[in-house]
Amino acid sequence: MTIQVVAFALILAAIWFLGRNIVHNLEELGKDFNFSFLNSRAGYDINQRLIEYSNDSTHGRAALVGILNTLLVAFLGCILATILGVIAGVLRLSKNWIVGRLMTVYVEGFRNIPLLLWIILIFAVMTESTPQPRDFRGEDAEASMILGESVAVTNRGIYVPNVVFTRSLGGNEMTEAADGVEAAVIPTAAAIDWLLVLVLLVGGVFASKAIGRWATRTQEATGVRPPATFWMQLGVILGPFVVVMLVLGATLDIPELRGFNFSGGIHMRNSLIALWFALSLYTGAFIAEIVRAGIMAVSKGQTEAAFALGLRPNRTMNLVILPQAMRVIIPPLISQYLNLTKNSSLAIAVGYMDVRSTLGGITINQTGRELEGMLLLGLFYLVTSLVISGVMNIYNNSVKLKER
Amino acid sequence: MANTPSFVRTQMLEPQDPPLGEKGVVKWIRENLFSGWLNSILTLVSIYVIYWVLAHILPWALGGIWNAESLSECREIRDASGVGHDVACWAVIGARWHQLLFGFYPSELYWRPILALILFGVAIAPVLFDTAPRKLLIVTAIMPFAAYWLLWGGTIWGPIVTALGFVIGWAIIKYGSATLGALGATIAAIVVPLLYWLFVAGAISGALGSALPIGIESVASDRFGGFMLAIVIGVAGIVMSLPLGILLALGRQSDLFIINKCSVFFIEIIRGVPLIVWLFTASLLLNYFLPPGTNFDLMLRVIIMVTLFSSAYIAEVVRGGLAALPRGQYEGADSLGLDYWQSMQLIILPQALKISIPGIVSSFIGLFKDTTLVVFIGLLDPIGLSNAIRADAAWNGIYWELFIFIGLCFFIFCFLMSRYSMWLERKLQTGHR
Repeated sequence: MTIQVVAFALILAAIWFLGRNIVHNLEELGKDFNFSFLNSRAGYDINQRLIEYSNDSTHGRAALVGILNTLLVAFLGCILATILGVIAGVLRLSKNWIVGRLMTVYVEGFRNIPLLLWIILIFAVMTESTPQPRDFRGEDAEASMILGESVAVTNRGIYVPNVVFTRSLGGNEMTEAADGVEAAVIPTAAAIDWLLVLVLLVGGVFASKAIGRWATRTQEATGVRPPATFWMQLGVILGPFVVVMLVLGATLDIPELRGFNFSGGIHMRNSLIALWFALSLYTGAFIAEIVRAGIMAVSKGQTEAAFALGLRPNRTMNLVILPQAMRVIIPPLISQYLNLTKNSSLAIAVGYMDVRSTLGGITINQTGRELEGMLLLGLFYLVTSLVISGVMNIYNNSVKLKER
Repeated sequence: MANTPSFVRTQMLEPQDPPLGEKGVVKWIRENLFSGWLNSILTLVSIYVIYWVLAHILPWALGGIWNAESLSECREIRDASGVGHDVACWAVIGARWHQLLFGFYPSELYWRPILALILFGVAIAPVLFDTAPRKLLIVTAIMPFAAYWLLWGGTIWGPIVTALGFVIGWAIIKYGSATLGALGATIAAIVVPLLYWLFVAGAISGALGSALPIGIESVASDRFGGFMLAIVIGVAGIVMSLPLGILLALGRQSDLFIINKCSVFFIEIIRGVPLIVWLFTASLLLNYFLPPGTNFDLMLRVIIMVTLFSSAYIAEVVRGGLAALPRGQYEGADSLGLDYWQSMQLIILPQALKISIPGIVSSFIGLFKDTTLVVFIGLLDPIGLSNAIRADAAWNGIYWELFIFIGLCFFIFCFLMSRYSMWLERKLQTGHR
């Protein structure tokens, strides 16, 4: 009790001391503490954006663009890192000596060298050793597009085909990107179409889950699984999707060389690519170790018991090994996703406009509102991590082994 | 019996050699590389990938040029030698190694960081290896102050007077417990040195400094750079964050409401926000929180921030170790009549820390790698120096050589740390396998 009172008094004293200093310092600098700067004109451009933004927009809007950019690279990174990590983790356990060694080199290399160095290195590779757009010109061009003349890898970024809707719900959006004006990663005019597609896909997944549950119920009641369940599940996801794509008139907008640069398609900037690849490769190395540990944590007796029950290897994996490995894998996996999201603030190294560069960089420099800006920035990251770790705790509790 | 065998061998046959395909290299290759179509494909793909990477890198790296004054000279040498492909220009490392290692530290004083590093090696030995002589622990205790004095220079009285504060605190715990009681002594051991540092230490060291001016040339923090900067920040962070992290973990596991909530709050806030945001906070905002007119060194701020950041992560790792101990250990310690600190020190922490070694070391590795982030607030770590070197006309456009050198150095440090942790883990392994 005495310790608590002493600690409480010390903490109150520290807070009072800091608070008084802040008030005093703000007074001395002639600044006040308010967030109205978010409504004033930003006056700077952001080259990478998911929503409408121009330099006439507000600082608040700029912050939102930055937040979406952060979430974009975090989302892309999490997907690629999971794929790389699972592959590397499984291959590292493989009996194939050469593959195992190769994966060890990958994992140790990325785990022991700073992420910042990898980001800069990959960015340098992207800008220094890729051809310029003009190298694609002419009959016997030095460089050529890959993947069936659809993807161009240049030192200004990677141009990939874009899906456009000729009969879009949001009006016709087959407009050319003017000179010097970049097309955003996802054209906003097509947002409503993409929303529709997304809703259908999510609905399809739920419907296919329902079919799966129905099939299991039928199997438990009658002993026979309804035929072609898998195809029904697949159809309910893909069917509506294909129909809507056809109705909306989806076509591929393939990038082509016009003048000194490529136009059409999606332009993925080097900054995004370098950040995305570096984050994915780096986090993938950590995920590989998690996956390896998770699989090794399931004791061999489990496999043998499943075989003794007469389960085939496939079902053994799905019904016995994976559910147990998942319990070990998921919590650290999610904390890796969290790390990836936080590490995306290294975007500063390649000039990717994430929330730290917009809200925590240019906006602070222009308005001189360090205290408010950093507070909002910290709050964004904090809320993101608390939400994710909250979800993780719920999950953990639901899969926890029930003990005394 | 009718079916008596008509022939029985009376002596054993010599064992025959296994067939050619079932022994030696052939068997190993067949089992490990080509034991199925999937494995064969994987093997061939891997061999091709290795070949492709080596074919691109080896001629470039091995044919590198080591003696040149600038990048253009490198290119002239390359063109003159008639090599068809690009070659590395390692000369940049020879020309600028002192900057990559020491930053802009005065070159005639290089002996000081080197001596500090050697001393550090001696000081860390008894902590890392229990076979090292225990007397070296005295060096360990003196080391932080000696290192500070060697690196930054200045009067010798500053570090000595500061160290005296710790001696005072230790003396109060040692001799005051009898009169003040354990709790009173602990509180006094915290409060008295604080008061001493705040109000008395400055005056004493000033007086001693003017009376007996012993000192070496002082070096400002902005002269620090390169791997020296990374190691100073990394080591300072590691040394200070471990005890702080353990305290935070104990706080988070504690039953005392206020201490528990404060620890949770601190840990979650620190962990929720990226280090780079904290570093910007340290460089932009710290002045708001300090009394007007105070201004302290950017490097010191960075060390404090890195320490706080890393301690929150270590706290979570140690908490995992504490939670993994069976309840019986806590109850056993209580039933022996040990008080809180005794049971922690003698029963709980030795076991919990042993479990958390891999996590703690990987936090340390993370901290060391994160020292590269200080480049964004204007300190010249190796990556910052690589930019500075490139800004020089002689070496404009040199990327790979510098990156590879820096990456290799970091790799060696971090890899050694992780190997040490694996060795320690094996050594402390007491369970049955």
